[in-house]
Amino acid sequence: MATDIKLFNSNDENAWCPGCGNFGILNSLKKAFSEANLKPHQILLCSGIGQAAKTPHYINVNGFNGLHGRALPPALGANIANKDLKIVVTSGDGDTYGEGGNHFIHNIRRNIDITHLVHDNQIYGLTKGQGSPTTAKGQVTSMQLDGVRVDPFNPIATAMTMGATFVARSFSGDVNHLSEMIQKAMEHKGYALIDILQPCVTFNKVNTFKWYKDRVYKLDENYDPTDKDQAFKKANEWGDDGIPLGIIYQDKEAISFNDRIPQIRDNKPLVDREWSPKDASKFMEDFR
Amino acid sequence: MKYNILIGGSAGQGMDTISSLLEKILQRKGYYVFSNKDYMSRVRGGHNFIQIRFGNEPIYSYDDKLDIIIGLDQNSVEFHSKNLKKDGVFLCDDKIKWEDERRITIPMLKIAKEIGQARVFGTVGMGAIIKLLSLDDSKIEEVFNEKWDEKIANDNIEAFNKGYEYVDSKYKPKKGEAKDTLLINGNQAIALGALAGGLSFYGAYPMTPSTSIMTYLSTKQNDAGIVVEQAEDEIAAINMAIGASFTGVRAMTGTSGGGFSLMTEALGLAGITETPLVTVNVQRPGPATGLPTRTEQSDLSFILTASHGEIPRMVLSVKNPEDAFYQTARALNIADKYQMLVIILNDQFLADANQTVNKFDFDKVTIERHISGENDINKDDYKRYEITENGLSKRIIPGKIEGVTVLADSDEHDEYGHITEESEVRISQMDKRMKRMELLKDELIEPDYFGVDDPETLLIGWGSLYGGLREAVETLKDDGEKIGALIFGDIYPLPTKLLEKYSKNAKNIVNVEQNFNGQLAKFIRQETGIHCNKSILKYDGRQLYGKEIVSKLQEEVL
Ligand SMILES: Cc1ncc(C[n+]2csc(CCOP(=O)(O)OP(=O)(O)O)c2C)c(N)n1
Ligand code: SF4
Repeated sequence: MATDIKLFNSNDENAWCPGCGNFGILNSLKKAFSEANLKPHQILLCSGIGQAAKTPHYINVNGFNGLHGRALPPALGANIANKDLKIVVTSGDGDTYGEGGNHFIHNIRRNIDITHLVHDNQIYGLTKGQGSPTTAKGQVTSMQLDGVRVDPFNPIATAMTMGATFVARSFSGDVNHLSEMIQKAMEHKGYALIDILQPCVTFNKVNTFKWYKDRVYKLDENYDPTDKDQAFKKANEWGDDGIPLGIIYQDKEAISFNDRIPQIRDNKPLVDREWSPKDASKFMEDFR
Repeated sequence: MKYNILIGGSAGQGMDTISSLLEKILQRKGYYVFSNKDYMSRVRGGHNFIQIRFGNEPIYSYDDKLDIIIGLDQNSVEFHSKNLKKDGVFLCDDKIKWEDERRITIPMLKIAKEIGQARVFGTVGMGAIIKLLSLDDSKIEEVFNEKWDEKIANDNIEAFNKGYEYVDSKYKPKKGEAKDTLLINGNQAIALGALAGGLSFYGAYPMTPSTSIMTYLSTKQNDAGIVVEQAEDEIAAINMAIGASFTGVRAMTGTSGGGFSLMTEALGLAGITETPLVTVNVQRPGPATGLPTRTEQSDLSFILTASHGEIPRMVLSVKNPEDAFYQTARALNIADKYQMLVIILNDQFLADANQTVNKFDFDKVTIERHISGENDINKDDYKRYEITENGLSKRIIPGKIEGVTVLADSDEHDEYGHITEESEVRISQMDKRMKRMELLKDELIEPDYFGVDDPETLLIGWGSLYGGLREAVETLKDDGEKIGALIFGDIYPLPTKLLEKYSKNAKNIVNVEQNFNGQLAKFIRQETGIHCNKSILKYDGRQLYGKEIVSKLQEEVL
C-alpha cells in the first residue's frame, strides 16, 4: 500500500536551475516515501548547506536544514531522541566528503540508523563551481584554473573501509532505480550511504547527463553484495571502465547504533522518557 | 577554628585518592570541608597538590597558611614549606630532605612495602593526619570498603593504622556535628542539576576541565535512561545536541574555551532555529591551549557575543556547587520556555573544588517544557516561526502530531521555516527572536550581596570568586571597614537593581576578576555607565582567595 505521493508536495518556490540533476533525486525521494507507505510527519529530512541541502524545502516532511558540513550530527541527535522517526540526510559531495568528512567517518563507525543521500555532482554548486572532493584530478573549474591538483575522494571505497553496512550508488537520471535504492536503504537497519551521480548543468560541463549515461551500468542479479572482496573491486570501478549502480555492499547482520545502547533499545523512544526531578535525588548518595 | 592541610606530590602518586578519602572522612565527622586542586597538564610526574580546609563553620575559600603538609615528593618542600605555620607539621618519607624541627618522618614507603602494596604509601600519611588531629578512626573502614574491594581495602586499612600509630596527637579540633551534607564539586553539581532538570541527552568531546561533567553523566546512563555520547569533535557535539533538542528531548553540551570556540557557528544555529540549548563552558586560561589545568575567567567577553550575527542568549555564571545545581536546572527551563540558547559559565577552580553543602532540595526543581500539542495549534496551517506579540511561537515536536510537519532552517526563513530573502520577513523574524531579551528581564536573579548596608567600598565579581569575595568581606567588615561585595550569577542580560543601589554612594568600586581586561567591569560600564575605578585582576592561572583579596585591597584601595 502506498501513500498518496501528493502529500509530499511542498509549495515552496524551487531555486534549483532548470534541468538540474537534483530534481530527479527529489522525485525519487517522494516516490520512495510514498511506496514505503510513510506519512510526512513520520519522516525527518536533515541537511547541511548547498544546493542539495535545500531539498527539505521542496518536500513536505519534517526538515532540519542546518550548517554546512554538519548534516549528520543533528541527524544523529534526532535519531537518539526518537528512534521511531525515519531519518534521511540529503547532502552534497562538498557538504559530506569535504566540510563534513569527520562526521562521515565517525557516523559510519556508529552505524547510525539513517539513510544518507549524497548528491554527488563532482562540483560545488551553491558557491559557483569550485572543485569538490570528488572532482577529477586535472579538471578545470572556476577556482582550479590549471586543473584540480589533488586526487579525487572515493566515497564508496572509503565508506566500505570504515565499515559502512550499506553502500550503494545510483543516478539521478534513473528515478526508478534511485527510488528503489532509497527504499532498500530505509529498510536497512543501520547506516546506508547512497552516492548519487547528479549532473550540475550549470557548473560541471564534464560530468554531464550524457557522460554519466554513457558509463553507468546496473549490477546484475548474480552480484552478491555481501561479498566484500568483490565489493571492493566494484568500489574502485570508475570512469570509462564503467560505473556500477546498485547496492555495492551490504551487511544485514550489523547492529545499529541505537540497538547498541540498552536504554534506547529496550525502552520507548527517548523523547517519551518519563522523569521527574525527584527521580534524580537518589544520585545524591554518590556525594554523601 | 579552621585547619588547612596540603597534600603535595607528583602526578600518578595517588593524591586524588588520598585526598578524596580524607575529605569524605572529615565530612562524615561533621566538619565543613573545602578542597581545591592544583595540577599540571601531565599524567605522570610534575608537582601537583590538593589543599583541604576544614572546620566547624562554612568555608568559602582556600587559604595559603598551612597546618599540615603531607609531602610525597621533594618539590613539596620547595613549593610549600614557606607557607607552613610556625607550629605546623610537615609529614614526609625519610627520603625527603629538609632540615626543620617541624618535619616528622614516617617510613611510608617501607611500611607500604612491608604490607606488600607499595601504592598504599599515601594512606600511611593519611593515618598520621587523622591521629595528629586527634580524630578517632572509626569511619575509616566504612569509607575504604565503599571505595575498594576487600583485599585493597584491607591493605589500606593496615597502612592507615600503621600511620595512625606512628605519630602523636597534636591538634584538638572541636568535635564536628554530624550533619546530612554532600561533598561535591562544581562540575558534579552541574551534572546533578542537569539530571534533576530532566536532561535526556548530553553530547560532548573531552576537554579539561569540563570532562568530569560528561564522565559523571555517563555513569548514570542506564540508571536514568539517558544517553551520553562522546562526539568526534565539539562541532559534532553541539550539533548533535541541537538535533536532539529539535526532536524534543532536553539536551545539553559542555566544553572548555577551545572547544567552545569550535561551537560558535552552531550557537547561531540554535539561535536562528529557535532550538532550546544549554551549553556549559568550564573556563580555563587561554588563548589557544593556554594553561589546560589552571583557572581563569577570561571567556566572558567572548561568550557575550560569540557566534556571527546577532542572536538572543542568556549567560549565567555559577558561584558554588549549590548554585551550580539549581542554576543548571533553571537554565534548562529557560532554554525551553524561550526556545533559546543559555550558556553556563563555570571555571576550573570551581569545577574541581570539593565543598560541603546542604543536601539539594529536589522539590525546588521543576521541569517546564512549554511544548505544544495537537489542540494548541492550527493543524491545517502550522507555522513554526509564527510572528506573535511576545516573539514566541508554538513549538511542536516532529513526528508527534499526525499530518503536521516542522521545518527548521539555518537560513533566514519565513513563518513556515522556508528560506527567504525578503527584507520585511527578515526584519520581522529578527525582531521576533530578539524580543526574548526583553522577556528575560523578568527572569533575572540579582547578584548576591554581602556587606554593610551602605558600603564605601563596593567589590564586584562573578562566578567562582563568590567564595573568596565573601570571605574577604567578612574579614574586613569585622575589622570595621564599610565594605560590601556584589557577586553576579546572571550576567546577560545584566540585572542592575542592586548594582545601582549599592554603587550610588560608594567611593570606590573595585572589580575583582580572574582575567587581564576586567571583562565584567567593561560589560557593566557598557550596559549601565557605572565605572569601576579600581581593579584587582589575577591571571596567573591560580584562583584568588579570601586573604589574598584582603591584602590586595589593603595595599591598593583601603
Ligand atoms: C562554514 C561554511 N563554509 C562555507 C560555506 C559556503 N558553502 C555553502 S555551500 C558550499 C559547497 C556546496 O557544495 P556541495 O556540498 O557539493 O553542494 P552543491 O551545492 O553542489 O549541491 C559552500 C562551500 C558555508 N555555508 N559555511
Ligand atoms: S548550480 Fe548546479 S547543482 Fe545547483 S541547482 Fe544549478 S545545476 Fe543544480
